[in-house]
Amino acid sequence: MLLSLFIILPLLTALAVLFCKGLKQVRMISLMGTSVQFVFSFGLLYEYWKERASGNRAQFLFEMNASWFDPLHIHYHIGIDGISLSMILLTAFVVIAGVLVSWTQETLNKEFFFLLLILSAGAYGYFISLDLFTLFFFLELAVIPKFLLIGIWGSGKKEYSAMKLALMLMAGSALVFVGLMGLYFNTSINGAHSFDLVEISQMQISNSAQNTFFPLAFIGFGIFAALFPFHTWVPDGHSSAPTAASMFLAGISMKLGGYGCLRVATYLMPEAAHHYSPVIILLSTVAIIYGAFATMMQKDLKYINAYSSVSHCGFVLLGIGMLTQTSITGAVLQMVSHGLMTALFFAAIGMIYSRTHTRLTEQLGGLLKVIPFISTVFVIAGLCSLGLPGLSGFVAEMTIFMGSWQNPDQWYRLATILACASIVVTAVYILRATGKSLMGPIHNFQYNHLADAGWNERLAAGILITGIVAIGVAPFWLYYLITPGTEYIIQHVGKAITLK
Amino acid sequence: MSPYFFVMLVPLLPLVSFCILGLFGRKYIKTTSGTLGVISLFISALLSLYTAYRYFFIDGKVNGIYQHIIALKYTWLQFSPRVSIDMGILLDPISVMMIVIVSFISLMVHIFSLGYMKGEERFAIYYAFLSLFTFSMLGLVLSSNIFQIYIFWELVGISSFLLIGFYFENPSAVTASNKAFIVTRFADFGFLIGILILAFYSGTLDFGTLIERLTTAGSSQYIDIHSATFLGASMLTWGLGLVFIGGAGKSAMFPLHIWLPDAMEGPTPVSALIHAATMVVAGVFLVARLFPVFSIDLTVLQIVTWVGAFSALFAAVVACTQTDIKRVLAFSTMSQIGFMMFSLGVSKYGGESGLGYTGSMFHLFTHAFFKSLLFLGAGAVIHFAHTNDIRDLGGLRKLMPVTHLSFLIACLAIAGIPPFSGFFSKEDILMAAYHSDKIIYAIAVLTSALTAFYMFRLYYSVFWKRDIHLHDKNHEEGTLSMRLTLVILAVCTAFAGFVPVSSWITSDGAPLESHIDIVFSVFPVLMALTGIGLATYLYKTENRRPQIITSAFGSLYRAAYRKFYIDELYLFITRKIIFNGIGRPAAWFDKNIVDGFMNGLATTTAKISGLIKGLQSGKVQNYALYFFGGIIALAVLFIYVLNY
Amino acid sequence: MNEISITQILFVSTALFFIGMYGLFTRRNMITMLMAIEIILNSVNINFVAFNKYLYPGKLDGVFFTIFIITIAAAEAAMAIAIIINLYRSHHSIDVEDAEEMKY
Repeated sequence: MLLSLFIILPLLTALAVLFCKGLKQVRMISLMGTSVQFVFSFGLLYEYWKERASGNRAQFLFEMNASWFDPLHIHYHIGIDGISLSMILLTAFVVIAGVLVSWTQETLNKEFFFLLLILSAGAYGYFISLDLFTLFFFLELAVIPKFLLIGIWGSGKKEYSAMKLALMLMAGSALVFVGLMGLYFNTSINGAHSFDLVEISQMQISNSAQNTFFPLAFIGFGIFAALFPFHTWVPDGHSSAPTAASMFLAGISMKLGGYGCLRVATYLMPEAAHHYSPVIILLSTVAIIYGAFATMMQKDLKYINAYSSVSHCGFVLLGIGMLTQTSITGAVLQMVSHGLMTALFFAAIGMIYSRTHTRLTEQLGGLLKVIPFISTVFVIAGLCSLGLPGLSGFVAEMTIFMGSWQNPDQWYRLATILACASIVVTAVYILRATGKSLMGPIHNFQYNHLADAGWNERLAAGILITGIVAIGVAPFWLYYLITPGTEYIIQHVGKAITLK
Repeated sequence: MSPYFFVMLVPLLPLVSFCILGLFGRKYIKTTSGTLGVISLFISALLSLYTAYRYFFIDGKVNGIYQHIIALKYTWLQFSPRVSIDMGILLDPISVMMIVIVSFISLMVHIFSLGYMKGEERFAIYYAFLSLFTFSMLGLVLSSNIFQIYIFWELVGISSFLLIGFYFENPSAVTASNKAFIVTRFADFGFLIGILILAFYSGTLDFGTLIERLTTAGSSQYIDIHSATFLGASMLTWGLGLVFIGGAGKSAMFPLHIWLPDAMEGPTPVSALIHAATMVVAGVFLVARLFPVFSIDLTVLQIVTWVGAFSALFAAVVACTQTDIKRVLAFSTMSQIGFMMFSLGVSKYGGESGLGYTGSMFHLFTHAFFKSLLFLGAGAVIHFAHTNDIRDLGGLRKLMPVTHLSFLIACLAIAGIPPFSGFFSKEDILMAAYHSDKIIYAIAVLTSALTAFYMFRLYYSVFWKRDIHLHDKNHEEGTLSMRLTLVILAVCTAFAGFVPVSSWITSDGAPLESHIDIVFSVFPVLMALTGIGLATYLYKTENRRPQIITSAFGSLYRAAYRKFYIDELYLFITRKIIFNGIGRPAAWFDKNIVDGFMNGLATTTAKISGLIKGLQSGKVQNYALYFFGGIIALAVLFIYVLNY
Repeated sequence: MNEISITQILFVSTALFFIGMYGLFTRRNMITMLMAIEIILNSVNINFVAFNKYLYPGKLDGVFFTIFIITIAAAEAAMAIAIIINLYRSHHSIDVEDAEEMKY
């Protein structure tokens, strides 16, 4: 019941928003709803630790299983382990920050907040689902609102971007759906099929079925996680989206993909994961390097961050593809870290854009002097992105490198080295961007009178920075949270490989 | 709990002051922020002095050998059951020496900056950054784990970046800070891969265990790392070589030195602290920290030696031609670090043959004092005269007596004139080089002569050359805090050579007999005196001799003045090859090929639907006709063709 | 008098069906087209009743279906006329060709 609250609460808040009048009420209700979620997520963390401390070694805690549609064996089966819990925490952080940065959303505010809340309900539901159909249901729930958010409240070529994003993500979910169906029809419990993640994981699915459906599921989820070459929705989608939607998109949606790749594709089809691992490594290494180099040439701040997201999400897939426990843990860490970092980045860019009405680096300049707070936030996000110790990005990337290096294959080593090289390129583009847009003399004298961040923006940035620093300075708590989950996955993969 | 638990406070105090100043400095404690920084550093410096006293005189030594003491160890990130990043404090002779240097020099710079940065708008932020740097540097030298050192390594890099770019409204400062960060980042990439290699083969990240495993001949890790080869070199060579690249980047060794001269864009006290006395010796420290492992791989030691020696000579030649007071000092720093580096390279592990190691650390110790003194003196000059260019300076000796005298002491020290500190440390280095490799020795002596020459060129150009008279009587020689710092450092510079470093800091922990070989030192000192004499002849008074010499050297002079075009080469590589050759095509490829393909899919779909939409004519009767025709066709199909 | 054979009935219904079809294809007036559709439906009704009587005399399924169709046809006519009236209001015409801009 505790877990179901995470779906019910955003839905209730969304419903309440519909009955509000005016921006003030709407945002108050949304803030209250998301704050309660935020507190709940910490409550959940506490409960989780209490349960673990009392010696509960079960893979999933707080499980609940109710039949949803019996003829097809679709169940509402939910439960969490450390991986999903860290994703829930991430969602809670990003959602509350997203609501705070949209504080002055004037046009169609009710609908805007409604969609944001629906999206968050979808994300929460996705992360707690243990039933593949339920999982898919929530995945779709999290996709649809984005189309509207970008199409209605976006900027630039928003219709094009919204359409592109929706079509590509829909294609992704279609592939996912085929993959899930393939899994479903290859399971059997007393002649019946099963959607249940836990049950499937205990079954032996034939190699041929795995090899057929793994690519479908992995590419499908991979599209969400900006798998090369299906990443092109990322730059356009992010740059056209309104600030909060960009934050959700990069902070949460891309994580849906990474989580799916890990939890569904890799966990349920370990042999195929092993079989296709070279391909995954190849694609993700290309994404990392190529994304980083492509970022170097961008001039729009949002494009810079979007392309760098391609590069950073490449690390997630690299970690998953390397199939060692440390690298997979690193992948999860990277998901959390990138979620917080990129949300912070987009928040800062949004704040800059709302003041200067431009995002082009050469038109900006000298902002550090006039809006020091926002600029500092931007710099912190940038530093996290380039992997500064003390911030979360470093921990995640180093864990991935460390884990990848444990794979003794020469080619995998080469991939690791190339991935490491990207930290240099990252430094180049981040520093160029900050140098051009924040430092130097002020080109445009209208900027002399810009107002620095308001309380809502400070609070939003503060929440995200707290998360980033908490992981960066003391990574062990998150690490211990994640490790039991990845242990199950890696045992499963290891068993499958040795069986061969 | 270890009796050295309190050492934890040494790095933590600056961290606390960073947090306080960074969060509240801007608004609430703007004016007192300097005092706060100074106080925290003062306590920190006292604690490190106490640590040094206790370590060297009371309980550091067991059976005549200085021990490695783990004062604190805390698992920070557990990668796998055996491999973890620990946050720890490792006390051994070099780390104890380093915390004393770092906290002391940092304290000096903090005090100096009270006067130098007075009236600066971002005063609090400046002190916050200084504290951040001090914290990171102290953490770096105390690291007990190779990954911990990497963490602080990066933090040091970022604080250096922040401080170089402190005057961020000045575009050249921004460029310089970016350059410094990116170049060192590139080197760190090598360092990281090196760590990965070493950690993989040794199965640990902990310094003590790592060194023990990799140096014990016959241990499985030792055999593994020696037998695994890649491109003809063993993995040990690769690992250490890559780690050395990291060190070379931070220590501005050729060819990764290009960031150091530009780093002088930062405030001068910062240059004194970071780019002269502490951060740039991190590379030397790193090699020294892993020295037992380095010493079993002669290939890497050769690389270290030659890179160090070449950088020393190269930088000395360039320094002779520079006209910016801070750039001369920057190249001299690079040259001196080259000394420390090759001294490590020629050293062996243990006993008398470990003299190079001792000499290197000794030089690091004395260099910290005289180089920070030189930079702070230069800072005082710049503060006074508002120019960096030695062609515009001259005759300041009467106007700035304190600065003049302390600068002179520092110049004598760096030139290696007895009894100033530089003489003793340089003597050890030269001795080690002499016993190891005569060519290196020749380079070293030549370089030290050049050092004497360019330092006194600088000295005469700034303080002699011509007499100037200022009409403005209010012009004072800096504030009290500035002069005080100069005096303290001058005293240290003069007497640091008498510290018995060789009995404390040796490669294996056992004390070394210190001895000064009078006969041996005659030649180097004579060379240095020749250099000084030449500088006196050319630069003491304003004359045309320098021009004649420069034109005689012609293209060599120009090349040296342009720093042998290394910067241009880098610029070419980054601008032309990386940006235009890789970045732009990648962006183009993404926009046109990958995205073009996706858009192509969409447009193809749209085109096909455009082709077939003509069927949808809107005429109901047509639809009915198609429908009816379809039914007939199906009926025919089922009845006559499929025979149902 | 001979029993009427099923062929004759089917002949009638087929004739009706094609008459309806012809009407549907050729007339532009929507009311006429609606009438043509009714004719088609009735031809189907005849078929149902005839098959019911001749093939399964003991059952009533065909008759039920006929009644269903009549009911639905009534509803359908109501709907269609509603649409036609609305169309007339907006286009001032009940010519089916005039309403073709609703394509795509």
